[in-house]
Amino acid sequence: MPVWLELALRVGGVMVAFLTLPLIVGQTEHKVMAHMQGRLGPMYAGAFHGWAQLVADGVKFAQKEDLTPRAADRPVFRFAPVVALLPYMLALMVIPLGPGDLVGQSLDVGLFFVLAVLGVGVVAVLMSGWASANKYSLLGALRAAAQLMAYELPLVLAAVSVAMAAGTLSLPGIVEAWQPWWLAWQAPALAVFFIAGLAEIRRPPFDMPVADSELVFGYMTEYTGLRFAFFLLAEYAGIVVISALTAVLFLGGWHGPGPDALGWFWMLLKTFAISFVVMWLRVSYPRLREDQLQRLCWLVLVPVALAQLVLTAAVRVAL
Amino acid sequence: MSEGGFPGAGLAKGLAVTLKTMTRRSITQQYPDVAPDLPPRSRGVIALLEENCTVCMLCARECPDWCIYIDSHKEEVVVPGAARPRQRNMLDRFAIDFSLCMYCGICIEACPFDALYWSPEFEYAEYDIKELLHEKEHLGAWMPTVPPPPAHDPLGEPAKEEQSALKKTAAAAASSAPPADAS
Repeated sequence: MPVWLELALRVGGVMVAFLTLPLIVGQTEHKVMAHMQGRLGPMYAGAFHGWAQLVADGVKFAQKEDLTPRAADRPVFRFAPVVALLPYMLALMVIPLGPGDLVGQSLDVGLFFVLAVLGVGVVAVLMSGWASANKYSLLGALRAAAQLMAYELPLVLAAVSVAMAAGTLSLPGIVEAWQPWWLAWQAPALAVFFIAGLAEIRRPPFDMPVADSELVFGYMTEYTGLRFAFFLLAEYAGIVVISALTAVLFLGGWHGPGPDALGWFWMLLKTFAISFVVMWLRVSYPRLREDQLQRLCWLVLVPVALAQLVLTAAVRVAL
Repeated sequence: MSEGGFPGAGLAKGLAVTLKTMTRRSITQQYPDVAPDLPPRSRGVIALLEENCTVCMLCARECPDWCIYIDSHKEEVVVPGAARPRQRNMLDRFAIDFSLCMYCGICIEACPFDALYWSPEFEYAEYDIKELLHEKEHLGAWMPTVPPPPAHDPLGEPAKEEQSALKKTAAAAASSAPPADAS
């Protein structure tokens, strides 16, 4: 296969995954949330149980007027949604779907790359919040900045624990080194990574930055039309990325019963199962207050992650 | 923390509640597609059984916001064999303004001749508030939608009329056959 064809195939595959998985997760969230609240959710769009609701939403967003507030910092304001969306696309590039070469781009420093790229999200939030010339947006952006900065630490520490256990930073390498007993060994890191990941993508119960009852819609307040849709897509892409990362790092990625050719299925299944937990938490828990949020991070997650690091190192040395 | 168990039991309980709700059937009624199952005696609209109306005006007088309009005229009815022709009220107009009506149902309670009924029909929204003044033809058209009265409560007290009728027949039986009673 010529290089350009392989490149096109890989990029195309990642693009397809990037455009379909978040929509599937979004539609599932509509339905799961509705049924958890005793409702039916969307039922009309697409005739069968509202399966095309997000497509209809997309059409609606595309038709809406693209407003930029007069006092806004125009180029920054218009560029922010792209910056919000792009990191997740790049992160999706290096997350392995199956054994062998079933990955957008196999990087030796994959884990490092993913964590670095996810850190860019805070820039997009600050850009949108500051450029909107709206006090709610600014408050939301600053809350988001404080939250993302704080939760970056336990996220990275928990990921480091797995990297130490596997002895590699490559995501496929970590999956290959993974063994079922790691589930117990790395359980605290799993919890820390998942919770910090939830906070990183600003999902309820960590949705203080967009808290719609107090900040209108946080840093997204001034956005309309397609740019707002980009932010929403970024949120769902974030769910996919965090779920996939959790599956890859802690749940053994493509490992599962059956031949290796079924690896992609197990990986997708694990990703969707974790996405379901993300929705489930959203429905079940109220929003954390800002001080509770920081307290949870600094007094619970960071110490647990550090203790996990010690444990991982001890077991590594003992083996 | 919570009344019993390990810390965080409340968090697990919250998750359990949402998961349990998800496995149950949702209670949404898909209204425009599926007719809602309304409880008996639903107060949708007031239907008029024109033949029963004697133009006694009790409903119009009892109505707290005066939303019932009644017009009538008198007609002479010649009864064969009677000394004089009788006079009868003929209903010309019976209208209820549903933009004023507050669905208290006092007119239905007040009607001594069972000319007014509750119908569960509720889809009579209009674009103009003036269109909510419904004349007797329209009120009569709702008559077929009136459900039959619900059955009596099997353990409930019988109606006053039934009780007094029972008492009367018992008294009559007692007076007609005292020797049987004495023996």
